[in-house]
Amino acid sequence: MNAPLPGPLNDNPSLDRWVAFPSPGKVTIFTGRVEFGQGVLTAMAQVAADELDVAITRVAVTSGDTELTPNEGYTAGSMSMQFGGVALAQACAEVRALFLVQAAKVVGCDEGTLTIDDGKFLRGGKSTGQDYWTLAAAVNLAVKANGAAKRKAIAELKTVGLSQSRLDLPAKVFGQAAFIHDMTLAGMRHARVVRQPNRGATLAAVDEAAIRRAAKGAIEFVRNGNFLAILGDDEAALDAAALAASNHVTWTNIEKPTPLQQEATWLVQRPSEDRVIGEPEPADAQAKERFETTYTKPHIAHASVSPSCGLALFKDGHLSVWTHCQGVYPLRGALARTLKLEPSAITVHHVQGAGCYGHNGADDAAADAAVVAVARPGVPVRVRWRREEEFVYEPKAPAMVVKVRALVGADGKPADWTAEIWSGTHAGRPGHGSPLLAGEALPDPLPLPPPSDVPESAGGGATRNASPLYDIPASRIIHHLVRETPVRVSSLRGLGAMANVFALECAIDELAERAGQDPVAYRLSITSDPRARAVIEKAAAMAKWDAKAPAGSGSGRGFAFARYKNRAGYAAVVVELDVEEEIRLRHVWCAADAGLVVNPDGVINQLEGGIIQSASWVLKEQVRFDDGVSSIDWLTYPVLKFSEVPEIDIALIGTRENAPLGVGEVTAGPTAAAIGNAVSHALGARIRDLPLTRERIMAALLKT
Amino acid sequence: MTKAFEFSVNGKVVNVSPADDDMPLLNVLRSELGLMGTRFGCGLEQCGCCMVLVDGQPEKSCTKPLWSVAGKKITTVEGLGSQERPHPLQQAFLDEQAGQCGYCLSGILISAKALIDRNPRPTRTQIAEALDGNICRCGSHNRILRAVEKAAAAMRGAAR
Repeated sequence: MNAPLPGPLNDNPSLDRWVAFPSPGKVTIFTGRVEFGQGVLTAMAQVAADELDVAITRVAVTSGDTELTPNEGYTAGSMSMQFGGVALAQACAEVRALFLVQAAKVVGCDEGTLTIDDGKFLRGGKSTGQDYWTLAAAVNLAVKANGAAKRKAIAELKTVGLSQSRLDLPAKVFGQAAFIHDMTLAGMRHARVVRQPNRGATLAAVDEAAIRRAAKGAIEFVRNGNFLAILGDDEAALDAAALAASNHVTWTNIEKPTPLQQEATWLVQRPSEDRVIGEPEPADAQAKERFETTYTKPHIAHASVSPSCGLALFKDGHLSVWTHCQGVYPLRGALARTLKLEPSAITVHHVQGAGCYGHNGADDAAADAAVVAVARPGVPVRVRWRREEEFVYEPKAPAMVVKVRALVGADGKPADWTAEIWSGTHAGRPGHGSPLLAGEALPDPLPLPPPSDVPESAGGGATRNASPLYDIPASRIIHHLVRETPVRVSSLRGLGAMANVFALECAIDELAERAGQDPVAYRLSITSDPRARAVIEKAAAMAKWDAKAPAGSGSGRGFAFARYKNRAGYAAVVVELDVEEEIRLRHVWCAADAGLVVNPDGVINQLEGGIIQSASWVLKEQVRFDDGVSSIDWLTYPVLKFSEVPEIDIALIGTRENAPLGVGEVTAGPTAAAIGNAVSHALGARIRDLPLTRERIMAALLKT
Repeated sequence: MTKAFEFSVNGKVVNVSPADDDMPLLNVLRSELGLMGTRFGCGLEQCGCCMVLVDGQPEKSCTKPLWSVAGKKITTVEGLGSQERPHPLQQAFLDEQAGQCGYCLSGILISAKALIDRNPRPTRTQIAEALDGNICRCGSHNRILRAVEKAAAAMRGAAR
């Protein structure tokens, strides 16, 4: 019986959707996954090189294109290699098998006697004169994958598992036109959008003359309902016009987030969709020793280094869109609904942008360009957001409140665990049904979708990693999905995992302290998963963890562990830091198990990046509200600087026999919690609200 | 009547007549001269993506009016080296795989070049401080610091 097809291959079974041999010596692979700095295209090329038995230098990668590549939804959730990579491997294996059949026919031999070396078919190690390219014309790849071909055994993999230089990096180091921002189309014009402040706000008056004066150059206005764009040829004039527009455009029905709504605690008591996942809380909950504490995380910005950008051309009834968003097919669907076009009348091409770390303004900038392009048929239009626009209008990671309740047994170990969570949705993407910003400003905007979050079958949104992986007899999640949030919210790297692991792993430290036990020993005493134990032990060994280090000395060490989504990569993190008025990170050690690693250096790069970004969130980041979003630039939304970054040591300890697991998001939660635990160790007092600001440190010190 | 401004970019003399004398240098590099290596990040002199050398000094080009660089020598990331003849910094960044999305790298390479030019033997702390005006959001900081250290060492070796 044939093996079941990996999900993305099952969804896109035609093999020509995955592999082509365009010209002698060249292989093109097609992937629905897109590059945003995580190195996914390089890893895909490695996978294809091994399965097809060709040198990686022959492999070109086409990604994220509704005309050309398979539909793999969003590139998100650290799932590219775990699912997309396996699907590509199976497609390549099937292609290889078809070519072996054809080669055997041409050569007149049994296919079992043939081998492939860098694309050449050999018989008994000798040339047959045949290769993929001589055979290609006779092999029909427009056939469905059937699961009959076997992927390479682990021992046969040659390129997979070796560190491979990133294919996309040279263009970026040599200053080439690597990004969507650098793309030009013949006759292209530029546009800026005068953003509708909120859904339902009405454009009452536009002082066009004043905006023209500020532009100091030729501009024109494109208006449809409450959608207003400024179009021109000179970007400097457009930026000046867009900046001035805030003073010369009058809106009514404005709603602004307030300082009160800035804090996560605002979410509690708001209208919510409530549910319990797991068995109900025990009736004798009051009888046992009870531990209860609450942790919070604020709204966080993706804060991509490049403001969002989109290009569009509407010509002969067909809309072409270029975007750096994470899912070209979902965007095509959303554009079709917004513009009342058939999806078949829209092509969406991915072009790289800066790192996005989730759902930022990319989809909306593409929609902006599309709306202007439809109003100006035949004219290619490029929209580039302004820095302030990106900070104010990108969807934020929702604020979260996580209350942990544990019943503690006589042995000091948790016997029952409840995580009660208040959060807005983490599923605000256009592919989840949320409107594109431009669409909200057009006449008759689409209705908002009913409140929902990422389902547990996909790893959960606010509930992600809320259940402990530890040996606890009973646990449950109480999820309050808050229906309305002060700002638009959606997916950021790790979704709810960051806040949940912060809460869970800080609580575990608090329980260890109550039990008078070392945090690492305590964790090991309630961990039976051997891979979890291995990363915990390895990280402790790397850091030379000392169970007896005194607390409250101003220097601290913290430990934390998680398995991402409780089913993906494992990571344990040790943080060493000093606290005076502010926190100074010294050193971070991380042990991770990601199973079969395709590109070890790429994985280490992702783990390091996840650690540094999480450290930045924890130490510095909070989207602030003061008469609207007041985090509008890098001064009002600072992130970690070069001089603030700790030394980092990473060990990859997974084995090749285990399936590949994504790593982009595995360190976000453990890093946050390890910092929280290290600060507690350094101060002798615990801070449970993020970010760990100077004010909170001073307040915590006053309590000791 | 538009005025013409003459300056040099990567060793070539250029003559530009902008629509407006205050046209930022960044816009001129990208739109008029087609040099896309210098990136737009914020337009507020806060992120460092648009860093260029002006007479050897690292400067943010996003708000720098064109008239202020008349007669000066501009070096952009394209002027450091090429795929065929990489600058030691570019080689070190590739060797260390120092970057993720890479959007910040042009500005970082320019800041690092300016640092090594004035201090051929920078410490790790000095490198970090020199790069504090450049924002990297992906978290490639440690690789970048390592790459700059290696490039400085390579350049000292080549100079001997």
